[in-house]
Amino acid sequence: MELLANLGLGLETAFTLTNLLYCLVGVFLGTAIGVLPGLGPVATIAMLLPVTFGLPPVSSLIMLAGIYYGAQYGGSTTAILVNLPGESSSVVTALDGYQMARQGHAGKALATAAIGSFFAGTVATFLLALFAPPLAELALKFGPAEYFSLMVLGLVASVVLAHGSLLHALGMILIGLILGLVGTDVNSGMERYTFEMPQLADGIGFVVVAMGMFGLGEIIRNLEHEATRSVTIKAVSGLLPTKEDLKRIVAPILRGTGLGSLLGILPGGGAMLASFAAYSFEKKVSKNSAQFGKGAIEGVAAPEAANNAGAQTSFIPMLTLGIPSNPVMALMIGAMIIQGIQPGPSVMTEQPALFWGVIVSMWIGNVFLIVLNLPMIGLWVRMITVPYHLLYPAILVFCAIGVFSLNNSEFDVYLMALFGVLGYVFAKLDCEPAPMLLGFILGPMMEEYLRRAMLLSRGDPTVFVTRPISAVMLAMAVAALFVVLSPAIQKKREEAFQEEE
Amino acid sequence: MKNPKDFWAGVIYLGMGVATVAIAREYPMGTAVKMGPAYFPTVLGGLLCLIGLVSLIRSFFTSGEAIGAFALKGVSLIAASVVLFGLLARGAGLVPALGVLVVCSAYASIQFRWKSAMLLAAGLIVFCALVFIKLLGVPLPLLGPWLGV
Repeated sequence: MELLANLGLGLETAFTLTNLLYCLVGVFLGTAIGVLPGLGPVATIAMLLPVTFGLPPVSSLIMLAGIYYGAQYGGSTTAILVNLPGESSSVVTALDGYQMARQGHAGKALATAAIGSFFAGTVATFLLALFAPPLAELALKFGPAEYFSLMVLGLVASVVLAHGSLLHALGMILIGLILGLVGTDVNSGMERYTFEMPQLADGIGFVVVAMGMFGLGEIIRNLEHEATRSVTIKAVSGLLPTKEDLKRIVAPILRGTGLGSLLGILPGGGAMLASFAAYSFEKKVSKNSAQFGKGAIEGVAAPEAANNAGAQTSFIPMLTLGIPSNPVMALMIGAMIIQGIQPGPSVMTEQPALFWGVIVSMWIGNVFLIVLNLPMIGLWVRMITVPYHLLYPAILVFCAIGVFSLNNSEFDVYLMALFGVLGYVFAKLDCEPAPMLLGFILGPMMEEYLRRAMLLSRGDPTVFVTRPISAVMLAMAVAALFVVLSPAIQKKREEAFQEEE
Repeated sequence: MKNPKDFWAGVIYLGMGVATVAIAREYPMGTAVKMGPAYFPTVLGGLLCLIGLVSLIRSFFTSGEAIGAFALKGVSLIAASVVLFGLLARGAGLVPALGVLVVCSAYASIQFRWKSAMLLAAGLIVFCALVFIKLLGVPLPLLGPWLGV
């Protein structure tokens, strides 16, 4: 059994004392920052990235993955307790979770979320171990033309599945792609769009962009609608669900896990889409659908299972193809590049210890999550009650020092301020920053693959449609665009994202 | 114009698209076989111009909500506090730079109080001095040469 041998290698890597420790620290820090209202996983990871740069590659990825699902779970905690979802994927959790909390069942809702997440995480980790190797093998056969088409498909799919205006998502992707070109061109050695500033010769750091757009931009947006009332939370009690509760949540957790795992793999998918889809699906099939929105335990179990499953399986395209399916994965790819690892199918064959170590550590991280979170709920509650006017200056401090420490450069700090302002302006115009970050990460890779493909085909652009795999992917991208432009689907798409409002 | 959000987004797209293409003209274009540094940016810039035009045109035909007031106080104070941190960090040192960053950014809140802002600044300075300077070794002085230290 090759799978067992691989998992054995992973266990060996992940079960060293240092890596266990980094996983634990990652989960803890991720949850601690993730529970803070108004901070989603992207901002959390961007803020904590600089902490991981000094670590060896395996440890840093293990810690980052821990931060990710920690932040995810922290966001759900906040959503349940105070109805302030820090990120879009816990928006639906807030619908029923907060109602449960108001009825005095906060503990039960939190436990349901933890159990659902843990189960989904376990299943999704196995799926990852099962499906990653064959996919990576397939990807090894890809030439530059296939890669280029795959990236086009990934970007288009991220637009189709994301919410908001299609046109603006395309615009933001293009802006991201263009910003990604700033710096020295690898082929000619020529500096592009650097305005003769030496600090830009190596390009714009993606942490700078992410912290600016998602950290600073978000703060400015929150200040605009600053609420004066302070958050109060009743003491959380009654953590353990009864036998009857458990019976009620089994089926929703199973359905959520299945749906979430599937949607997580899709480009543009991941946690947010998974939780939305699982909630609306559960509402349709559940016997208690009348209770949904009024504190149905199923309405917490399904989306929580789905978003954790989706979060986990979105690692599949990232680890095997080197393609980020959402902004969090874009950050992961950026972190890998900084660590000197070129993401793609070769990671599995060239660095099996890293690949399998990260996968196994995900499961360990899920164990930590459940062990850590329920007993420490008191601490998280206290973190949530920190008033925003004391919180955001602290976030700014960490962003500023973090960005400075990347290259010990003030320039990056100024650039972050600029992206913060940009992020706010775009938010005002209803232009989502997430597609921009995807484009930004993919820009340089896309150009490189386009160049290589055209060089190999001697300038014949039909290579993208005459090679079968590439043609299929482009056809899928075009089909996806047409589908989303058709009026009927557009209406459905609006409905699907309506729950958020 | 019926949809100001589409209109201004279109203006931004068009502006950036045109700038991208214009700047790329200084670089060699190359051919489709051997693409020069200008090739890909020109394509992207052109596409962005197209998106911008569509957005502009659409803004005259479909109606949308108004953009709403621009939070000038928040934007300027947050951006200024971060820039000031960058300006002060090396010269004046971490302590004054963080103090300015915290107090200046906290001022953007409607719940700003001098006392709580100063306390927050003091706490964060101690924390950052310990974690970032002592523990992680970020090369910034606590008090810099500008203060005669």
